[in-house]
Amino acid sequence: MALLEVRNLKVRFRTGDGDVYAVNDLSLTLEQGKTLGIVGESGSGKSQLVLAIMNLLAANGSLEGSIRFREQELVGLPSAAMNRIRGSRIAMIFQDPMTCLNSYLTIERQMTEVLQHHRGMDRGGARREAIRMLEAVHIPDAARRIERYPHEFSGGMRQRVMIAMALLCRPDLLIADEPTTALDVTVQAQIVRLLNELQQEFGMSILMITHDLGVIAGISDQVMVLYGGRICELAPVDTLFHRPRHPYTRGLLNSVPRLDRDSSERLQAIPGNPPNLLQLPPGCAFADRCSERLEQCATDQPGLVEAEPGHRVACHLEPGP
Amino acid sequence: MTALLRVERLRVHFKLPGAGWLEPARLLRAVDGISLALEAGRTLGIVGESGCGKSTLARAILGLVPITGGRVKLAGEELAGLSHEELRQRRRRMQIVFQDPLASLDPRMTAGEIIAEPLQAFEPGLGRRQRRQRVEETMERVGLQGNQINRYPHEFSGGQCQRIGITRALIVGPDLLICDEPVSALDVSIQAQIVNLLTELQEETGVGMLFIAHDLAVIKQISHAVMVMYLGKMVEQAGRDRLFHQPRHPYTKALMESVPVPDPVIERRKSVVPLSGDLPSPLDPPSGCRFRTRCPRAEPLCAETEPPIRELAPGHLVACHFPLGDLSR
Repeated sequence: MALLEVRNLKVRFRTGDGDVYAVNDLSLTLEQGKTLGIVGESGSGKSQLVLAIMNLLAANGSLEGSIRFREQELVGLPSAAMNRIRGSRIAMIFQDPMTCLNSYLTIERQMTEVLQHHRGMDRGGARREAIRMLEAVHIPDAARRIERYPHEFSGGMRQRVMIAMALLCRPDLLIADEPTTALDVTVQAQIVRLLNELQQEFGMSILMITHDLGVIAGISDQVMVLYGGRICELAPVDTLFHRPRHPYTRGLLNSVPRLDRDSSERLQAIPGNPPNLLQLPPGCAFADRCSERLEQCATDQPGLVEAEPGHRVACHLEPGP
Repeated sequence: MTALLRVERLRVHFKLPGAGWLEPARLLRAVDGISLALEAGRTLGIVGESGCGKSTLARAILGLVPITGGRVKLAGEELAGLSHEELRQRRRRMQIVFQDPLASLDPRMTAGEIIAEPLQAFEPGLGRRQRRQRVEETMERVGLQGNQINRYPHEFSGGQCQRIGITRALIVGPDLLICDEPVSALDVSIQAQIVNLLTELQEETGVGMLFIAHDLAVIKQISHAVMVMYLGKMVEQAGRDRLFHQPRHPYTKALMESVPVPDPVIERRKSVVPLSGDLPSPLDPPSGCRFRTRCPRAEPLCAETEPPIRELAPGHLVACHFPLGDLSR
């Protein structure tokens, strides 16, 4: 049984300039204890996809399709029921820890509140549990530090506090939206390691959104590449990095400078710019930047086909089903 | 031969108010004794984590923040002590490209007006038509279209805005281009376009570049020589290939090992996190070697005395008491 099943999800925003189609007909399955990495550039729809799962779309947004979490349909769920799931069964961490930490309250107050609300614990028990969780994310001297305010922690430590808070109710699903992007590279390595370790310990599934292909490689079981609100490739992590099939995935992998490769050659940049979601072309959104485009790419939307077991690609270059 | 840019023992200190009422003022040593030299047509990459002083260094070279001590020489001429007007004239020869492409462009000006502004400042004698022609030519050289001259910044994508910033910097034909994190706000596929563009423009014009970034892979791609900074100090400086193949400072090595590689097989093989702990506050740096609190090789000596900068091989400078690969140890 899959933990999370998204079927034919469409997210649309009404704006003064017209409708923006942020996510188009997207389906995904996430198993218990696994990590799905989601890669995409700005406007690929990766953040709106997870906000839709959390039922946190902006007021002008609407969604269609089905989101089933532990066999329960989340689309159309009353907000009281959604509130019980959000923060307890599904938790989320962000790029900037201060978006979910309150500067005016001590860490203890913020953490025990979650436990008292979602798990009905008393203050003493909640405090003990909160300290245990801070220790799990390797905050030294947790029993004393818990009485401090967020500004008394460094950036990396705040990120750890936010992760500890997200894990307080032992969620089944942790959604991580660019959790390491604002961190220095030495601290990023620590946080990626920590997430891997916590997953072993608590067995939760992770949806990891990032634009950093190196981070994705180090944390994912499966990787989904998004472009213009659609999946262009979905594969197990080794397959995706070693045998990418979609021209966009290959272009992305070729365009990043790498420390483990010779740097005397020019980078192979992808020409053009990311698509405008207000004016998505009728065909493949990547067509005008693709060096291998065919005639039909401009007019027909390629379907997502299974190129080999577990490896799905949306490209007209793929032989049909 | 006179270097295009020579910086000698540059210090930039900021006075900050005390931590509380009646507390004494604190001193932030943002840049603390940095020396470097850059030849025309070459790129020096400056890399380091937040608070290492790399952006302050760039601003101090341009005279945008006051210098506490040391010298900055452009083509042999000392810049400190020049009058405001004299310094303004020198800025024609040194231009900067900023990190945030949209925020560094005035939203109320068209692309053409933004790009023409330095021309108006430095070549006021130019007629309207000539100016427009120069703007269009330069735009086309950086991959923009001349007919986009009347558009506003918000009508361009992030990558195109960065091209506008580069056009504005290059239109007056500077000798020195300082790039402060010019690609870190851009999408991955666009980063490569801008890195390639800067490399091509350098080959065409022979401009010397100081390229500041936190991303080691980008630094490795674009630089001829690299300087690594930590909390206001230089820890290591060497030619690009030498630095990446034989790092001698433990911090440089840890930084390189921390960069995730887009290959799951390599990532799984990594067994230990290269560095534990966070960066210390630049307001209260550790005694002796500033890196010693996170250094796996630290010894009592490191807390007592600051390591001197030593030239371990020609052009390879290291500030460490116990450099890696030191056979005497």
